[in-house]
Amino acid sequence: MTGPETHSHDHDHDHDHDHDHARTFQPDIEDSAFSHYQVMAQALGEVLIEKGVITADELRGQLEWLDSRSPEEGAKLIARAWTDSAFKELLLKDVNAAAESMDLDAGDIPIRVVENTPDVHNVIVCTLCSCYPRALLGLPPDWYKSREYRSRTVREPRAILAEFGTTIAEDVEVRVHDSTADLRYLVLPMRPEGSEGLDRDALEHLVTRDCMIGVSLPRDPQE
Amino acid sequence: MTGLFTVGDTVRVRVAYPPGHVRTPYFARGKTGVVDAIAGTYRNPEDLAYGRYDDPALPLYRVRFRQRDLWSDYGGPSGDTAIIDIYENWLEPAEGGTG
Repeated sequence: MTGPETHSHDHDHDHDHDHDHARTFQPDIEDSAFSHYQVMAQALGEVLIEKGVITADELRGQLEWLDSRSPEEGAKLIARAWTDSAFKELLLKDVNAAAESMDLDAGDIPIRVVENTPDVHNVIVCTLCSCYPRALLGLPPDWYKSREYRSRTVREPRAILAEFGTTIAEDVEVRVHDSTADLRYLVLPMRPEGSEGLDRDALEHLVTRDCMIGVSLPRDPQE
Repeated sequence: MTGLFTVGDTVRVRVAYPPGHVRTPYFARGKTGVVDAIAGTYRNPEDLAYGRYDDPALPLYRVRFRQRDLWSDYGGPSGDTAIIDIYENWLEPAEGGTG
């Protein structure tokens, strides 16, 4: 009989070597304890389905939609705003309507953009939880949800920005937006110098997730 | 619905510590700022969290604070600010804010 459990070795062992390959498996999700809120969320979903408020397929579909979102959606809006002043005006007024005009789905939660200027640099945080414009940026990064980011961004934003490699001049106002309530926020960064000749597709590639959160700046077109 | 405050008004965040689904951060309570924008009217999350859907919607304000007013030892330049979304039931009129 051959196999991983019984194969022989040509080197010495000083102990009874019983390969326990089961230990090398990644634990299943169910192997770690469910938190109170995981249990509550799962129970709520089941109750809503049992009572016929939503169907299992609707719940599945919503999760699939959320998982399908990415910062490319937001980048399309930013690049268009850089090249189309009428669109930029609409975007500053109502992101959801601006997205709809481009056949992008920004979801039902109202989203606003805050515009970076030579005098103001904006950065977004949700100190109470992790509110985030998921429809346009996808799922938030783990650091955005961390207690450290949430507490320090509002307390010492320039130190946080420096840790992300972003230095904002002292004469530029750093403006932190704490999305505590019903709105979600997205930063409209300044169009980078050297991007004058680029078309919208090329501009989209300069717009990163992090520059729309405000912890970074758009990519340098020269790089 | 017409709100109590308009853009440019100086407001102070109430100092209160009720239990429940409160969306006003602790660090802003008692602080003075200026209404930067009116975000619209929304149902009060403190009610919604407990299934009370009939209460009227509240104006939601974008209130701008000077960081140095939020944190007495703020280390950055005096021009740095924070804007926090705060429902009307948490605000009272004030004077002297420079946010």
